[in-house]
Amino acid sequence: MSMTRDSILKVENLQTFFKTRTGLFKAVDGVSFDLQRGKTLCVVGESGSGKSVTARSILQIVDKPGKIAGGAIWLNRADGTTVDLAKLDPRGEEIRRVRGREIAMIFQEPMSSLSPVHRIGEQIGEALRIHFGTPKAERRERVLDLLRQVEIPRPETAIDRYTFEFSGGMRQRVMIAMALACNPQVLIADEPTTALDVTTQAEILDLIKRLQQSHGMAVLFITHDMGVVAEIADEVLVMYRGRVMEHGSVDAVFHAPKDDYTKRLIGSVVRLEHKAEIRLKRADIAADAPPLLDVRNMSLTFPSGLKAVDDVSLIVRPGETLGIVGESGSGKTTMGRCLLRIYDPQAGEINYRRADGSSIDLRLADKPQLKELRREVRMIFQDPVGSLSPRKTVGQIIAEPLKLAGMRGAELDDRVAELMQQVGLEPAWRERYPHAFSGGQRQRIGIARAIAVKPRLIVADEATSALDVSLRSQVLDLMMKLQDELGLSYVFISHDMSVIRYMCDRVAVMYRGRIVEAGDTDQVVNRPTHDYTRALLSAIPHPDPRDRRIQNRFRYVAPTVPANG
Amino acid sequence: MTDIAQLPPATETDIDLRDSNIAVAGQWRLFWLKFKKHKIALVSLVVICCMYLIAAFADFIAPLDPNATNARFTYAPPQGLSLMHEGSFMPHVNQLKMTLNTESMRREFEPDPAKPLAVGFLVPSAPYNMLGFIPMETKLFGLVNAKPGDSLYVLGADRLGRDIFSRVVHGARISLSIGLVGVLMSLLLGVTIGGISGFFGGWVDLAIQRVIELLRSIPTIPLWMGLAAAIPVGWPPLRTYFVITLIVSLLGWTNLAREVRGKFLSLRGEDFVTAARLDGMSEIGIIFHHLVPSFMSHIIATVTLAIPTMILAETALSFLGIGLQPPIISWGVLLQEAQNIRAVAQAPWLLFTPAAAIVIAVLSLNFLGDGLRDAADPYESV
Repeated sequence: MSMTRDSILKVENLQTFFKTRTGLFKAVDGVSFDLQRGKTLCVVGESGSGKSVTARSILQIVDKPGKIAGGAIWLNRADGTTVDLAKLDPRGEEIRRVRGREIAMIFQEPMSSLSPVHRIGEQIGEALRIHFGTPKAERRERVLDLLRQVEIPRPETAIDRYTFEFSGGMRQRVMIAMALACNPQVLIADEPTTALDVTTQAEILDLIKRLQQSHGMAVLFITHDMGVVAEIADEVLVMYRGRVMEHGSVDAVFHAPKDDYTKRLIGSVVRLEHKAEIRLKRADIAADAPPLLDVRNMSLTFPSGLKAVDDVSLIVRPGETLGIVGESGSGKTTMGRCLLRIYDPQAGEINYRRADGSSIDLRLADKPQLKELRREVRMIFQDPVGSLSPRKTVGQIIAEPLKLAGMRGAELDDRVAELMQQVGLEPAWRERYPHAFSGGQRQRIGIARAIAVKPRLIVADEATSALDVSLRSQVLDLMMKLQDELGLSYVFISHDMSVIRYMCDRVAVMYRGRIVEAGDTDQVVNRPTHDYTRALLSAIPHPDPRDRRIQNRFRYVAPTVPANG
Repeated sequence: MTDIAQLPPATETDIDLRDSNIAVAGQWRLFWLKFKKHKIALVSLVVICCMYLIAAFADFIAPLDPNATNARFTYAPPQGLSLMHEGSFMPHVNQLKMTLNTESMRREFEPDPAKPLAVGFLVPSAPYNMLGFIPMETKLFGLVNAKPGDSLYVLGADRLGRDIFSRVVHGARISLSIGLVGVLMSLLLGVTIGGISGFFGGWVDLAIQRVIELLRSIPTIPLWMGLAAAIPVGWPPLRTYFVITLIVSLLGWTNLAREVRGKFLSLRGEDFVTAARLDGMSEIGIIFHHLVPSFMSHIIATVTLAIPTMILAETALSFLGIGLQPPIISWGVLLQEAQNIRAVAQAPWLLFTPAAAIVIAVLSLNFLGDGLRDAADPYESV
């Protein structure tokens, strides 16, 4: 075994298998890499690629029935000795001494990885107590120091708080403080920013980078986001179905990828950096055409007093895609649901122009009118699992709106088959249940259901956020193809600026229930006028390691109320 | 340094098309596949089915008339069944020889190996009607060529010389069916009231939930005792039985109502329900097309877990002497016979036989219910 002086962790031909009823599932199959002091290795892959299992195998915390079946994990200790972690008993004393002390881990969900019944000071200090038996007063000093390092404001009061009193970003900082408590040599971060908003993500990435430099740690960073990889990685490991597809420096992987899968992965990311090809070919939408949807001063306050939608005005022209972008809690989903009257806005107008030229205010529409109008204005949901009833076949799901519109018999069967073909599904699959389909295919089913009754406007709420990046552009392309074929207009709600840039003609930026900026996508993306938009844009990881932007990002602090994160 | 491994590139379609059998498997098929993995539940299902079959064909299975008394054999012990006699196959019991212990003034029974009584299958018997309408003159098993003075007490006899085995088999009819009938009534009440509560919400929900809380705060046994004491003594046994089921189901529905309400509330927020509403489906349509199929499996599991509660309630009431009364035979009534310590000391089979029947029934139903509950949402792991 050869190791350079700076190598801390060397994984050789790691194999982690899951014995299932149907056979052996090779979650990790022959993965090798080397972690260097002060360097960041990013393991990137789509869902199911085995990247998380790789990380968990190192600490031997793979969920049952997973087991390390082969390979070695050499840990080079500070005292010069070397130990093979793969040979240790997963419940033994030795591996416990490694966990938290030499190798620390932070997880994706800051909500569930912290205990709600202990004060954060106790949770951070726990590792110190277990590994070093540090006395209480000293422990408190050390925890305060850690809280300062992770930049939690007012550490003296924060130390005695409970986790639920913190926002997601602050909880992730607490997690990081916990991981740093014993000065580990290796930090494993398993999708630590996936559950966070993009501006919060930028803060956390920044923090990890700075701490890594000051502590000289090696970081193993698991992510599915190529943009994040480009921003922080020194080296990249691309995984697919448990195997390493490519391993190299970040520059080589991004600018001279050798493997086909890597090429496709980077291709699908880079594709989303530009305007969609379909849109380039289109003629401009006449700016003076009468708008299809004209929303004026719409407001909705929830009974809790939260102003979810605050004086929103926007227009959607025929054949246009209007993007609504904002972070979680900005009210964009609520706004979209107001357009379909799933929620009833309390004030304003939602003027919808019907095919015959007459205009109707959706906000005041009565029940029969609403039933009629909901065939013209449809919705595509975010969650491809929850939006399809698991107890109906795909054919039944797509047929439902048609049946309710009075279609029967052979005509109905033909229409369902036609719709399935239109969205790229085999009509022969109509007898299958949703559980037999992947996320991308389920989203296609949802699209087929939406276009079944020939609508004119579709509200798509985060239609692609639950999908892997390579499927995202496929679904977006399908939506644009249908737009051309059926003359649709979209209100496209997303938190992802790259998807908006790819798909939308115009964009409105929402922040705390208000629209802070609206305009042509090109103009908003390239020349934002509002500070929040600038902050949002500059926090987006840029998938080019030669042009790292996050460090020089613009920070937006909302007037009066301090920003979250 | 760049390492490359070769793997066929994936397309969207090849990631996911699973086993085509599973692909077209509906809710109940997935339910069954998941239930099958729960081995104890599967065994329990078989046990439960057997018990209900025994209850249904009690007349045929019980070798003796459960109400036939025999003064010669009061407190006769179980007669062990042997298969071999003098080297050849002959299922038999040994005749009981009775002696009177003059000191304790008790009858003492002694099996006499010299006098085997052959036991056979499908032996002729006095005419009876199986299930009340099929005239039969055969029993599943019994003594071949029985003479007066011969006896077949597989599990002993009680103080009137009645066969415990036959009585337990007949008791299964009442004890197992009272659970079903009681649960059926709870189900009706629970689904209706819970559905109303979850669907309408607002003050209706508030009122119903408070009533449920009130009902659940009343101590069960005293309430049952009070209600059972109100049943007139002169009523025919069948009417008493009906009223008892009413009483035991009175509290059973509250659990179900809450379950149904909870499911209603959680499902109403699901996207696919919103989608159906946007499709223009009416509220009633949503309930019957989407909500009811979604919680049907949960209801079945809850109902299965409610049956043992009902069985135990009947047993407790009858044991206390305020439920069913002799001459009706139920497991609770049989246990009533074992109430005094003398009977238990002298004839422990009076206690253990009906108690074993109850324990087996309740345990099996609980395991079955557990298995069903685990399988109730077959989509969790799929």
